[in-house]
Amino acid sequence: MGENTLTRMDLSEAVFREVGLSRNESSQLVESVLLHISDALVAGETVKISSFGTFSVRDKAARVGRNPKTGEEVPISPRRVLTFRPSHLMKERVAAGNKKH
Amino acid sequence: MIRSELIQKIADENPHLYQRDVERIVNTIFEEIIDAMARGDRVELRGFGAFSVKKRDARTGRNPRTGESVHVDEKCVPFFKTGKLLRDRMNGND
Repeated sequence: MGENTLTRMDLSEAVFREVGLSRNESSQLVESVLLHISDALVAGETVKISSFGTFSVRDKAARVGRNPKTGEEVPISPRRVLTFRPSHLMKERVAAGNKKH
Repeated sequence: MIRSELIQKIADENPHLYQRDVERIVNTIFEEIIDAMARGDRVELRGFGAFSVKKRDARTGRNPRTGESVHVDEKCVPFFKTGKLLRDRMNGND
């Protein structure tokens, strides 16, 4: 498994290399992309990016949880969770790229 | 929202860019994330979430139709964990 962690900076660098924009504008564009996806999800929309994957929002009902350390019961209020379902293409490329030889 | 709608939103905000460049920008971002995971790397986008690769051990699966046992090799799968800020925003705590 690789040990590198990419950040926004690496994504803006890729945009910078691909399209002849300034580094500053490239990083603003990366930020806008993430913001538009976030805003749609906050509005409860599903975000479906073909050949990448689907982000969807699910409502979880309230339930009684337990503090695993103390055994104490704690109420867990209803909440929204985000799930990401990778596309076939992403799954295939990740599986192929990390295969042991 | 689908990919083309996302591209349109970015294009509307950046009238000085050609539509095809906006397409390249958006595609590059997603492509870069997939490439990183294909190398086994993590992509950490603070406030949004993190993409990483998880290893699934080899196991003996079953063909659900015939009940026959089949060997499933060890494999790596993509995984996404929602960032704290986005999780809070989705739950109305801005």
